Amino acid sequence: MKRMTSEKTEPQSDSQLTPMNRRNFLLFSGAAAITTAFVASCKKDDDDPTPTPNEVNLGSGDTGILNYAYALEQLEAAFYTQVVASSYYLNNASADEKQILIDLKNHEVAHREFFAAALGSGKIANLEVDFSSINFGDRSSVLNTAKAFEDLGVSAYNGAGNLLKSADYLVLAGQIVSVEARHAAAIRDLLNPLSADFAGDDIIDGNGLDLARKPDAVLGIASKYIKTKINASNLPK
Amino acid sequence: MNFLKIIEQFDFDKTHPELHDNATSRKDALNLLGKFASGVALAAVPTILMTLPKAVAAQGAGVTEILNYALVLEYLESEFYNIGLSSGNLIPSKDRTVIQTIAKHEAAHVNYLKTALGSAAGAKPTFDFTVGGAFSPFTDYPTFLIFAQAFEDTGIRAYKGQAPALMVDPATLQVALQIHSVEARHASEIRRIRGQKGWVTGDNAAANGIPSTAFDAVYAGENQSIQGGVNVPNVSGISSAAVAESFDEFITMDQGNAIAGLFIK
Repeated sequence: MKRMTSEKTEPQSDSQLTPMNRRNFLLFSGAAAITTAFVASCKKDDDDPTPTPNEVNLGSGDTGILNYAYALEQLEAAFYTQVVASSYYLNNASADEKQILIDLKNHEVAHREFFAAALGSGKIANLEVDFSSINFGDRSSVLNTAKAFEDLGVSAYNGAGNLLKSADYLVLAGQIVSVEARHAAAIRDLLNPLSADFAGDDIIDGNGLDLARKPDAVLGIASKYIKTKINASNLPK
Repeated sequence: MNFLKIIEQFDFDKTHPELHDNATSRKDALNLLGKFASGVALAAVPTILMTLPKAVAAQGAGVTEILNYALVLEYLESEFYNIGLSSGNLIPSKDRTVIQTIAKHEAAHVNYLKTALGSAAGAKPTFDFTVGGAFSPFTDYPTFLIFAQAFEDTGIRAYKGQAPALMVDPATLQVALQIHSVEARHASEIRRIRGQKGWVTGDNAAANGIPSTAFDAVYAGENQSIQGGVNVPNVSGISSAAVAESFDEFITMDQGNAIAGLFIK
């Protein structure tokens, strides 16, 4: 079990870490009604006790959905950070595999830090992951976990889009989910090259639609890999 | 033609009459697309989130209009792959399963959208995949793959651009997102078959392994590392290039129609 942290050595205070203060965040949060709702949720967050290390509360409204995405990006980033230091990656991965995995690590860290910055002081704490079920020395274990995480991420964003109130955040989620889907296809192709698996019938239905999952389903699947309890009870339904 | 009706509603003909002037050759249209990409398209791409609502709101399309726009793109993709699959030895056997899988999805998307639209569904346009004789995608496999990459990467951007306008209809929004990510899976696979990364690697065709500026519009505005007002390289320590790869950018309906229009007679 490893503590998730950003690539920087120590967590910094929000004022140092985030390029935007609360006020600026609100400035680009869109319509007045949304802003009002957002202010309300921020206020509530401020009043909440600091989350214990054992549990985080994602919060409500768009902030809650962004924190939900942030939690998943934390999971992915922590995983790939460990992958690129693994014996499989260092000793056995092909050049193609290495390029894909280092790209995925960089993309997921970028996503994680984007959400951290966008959420500012509204963000959840760093999650504690549990990768004890993963054999980082084994190609199959690493790539199958990557496949599971990428597919899970795609289904999560697909299911969360219509829970967002802000068009801005919807676009940003859309900008990220297509990259997650690109990742998923690449990893699936590494596992079974030039087969139908890059967009297999296990995830794409007869109408040609990818999976969409609501947060409870996603977090249930992810909980195997996350030690910190995630309270999603205030998320939009 | 339904497609032109859509165009007219956005005054596209007035601002870009050359694209729909029969007297103008298709090659001129290709050149124009390049100008479109370097001028209008880039100007429309936001660098900070604050500009986003305006760019998106300017489209103002209704759900039916959006689904018909999507249907045109799906008609285009579906017909393209079907012709490819029936073109003799065009597709090598090693890639055939991939192309068949993509074709299956595009046909399903066409059917799904037609069903959803019912009597409002637009007719399939007449396509010209040679773009007035300039290209031979069904006798030259590398060209076929370039087209496939361009269509998939365009489709992703097009669906993404319509997501905000679909917020009024949450169920349809989710379906659009579910199609959107399938297009992204397709794009990744085609790109990797071509020896490219599965993700977008720059804001022009050459940077994405396509040696023709005719396809620059497909990638215009893709090289963004500031997202939602956040300078992502600064906060993450990740290179600008990798950050730009990690966020796909949207295109407006006008931009999507301009690209699709090149392949419509």
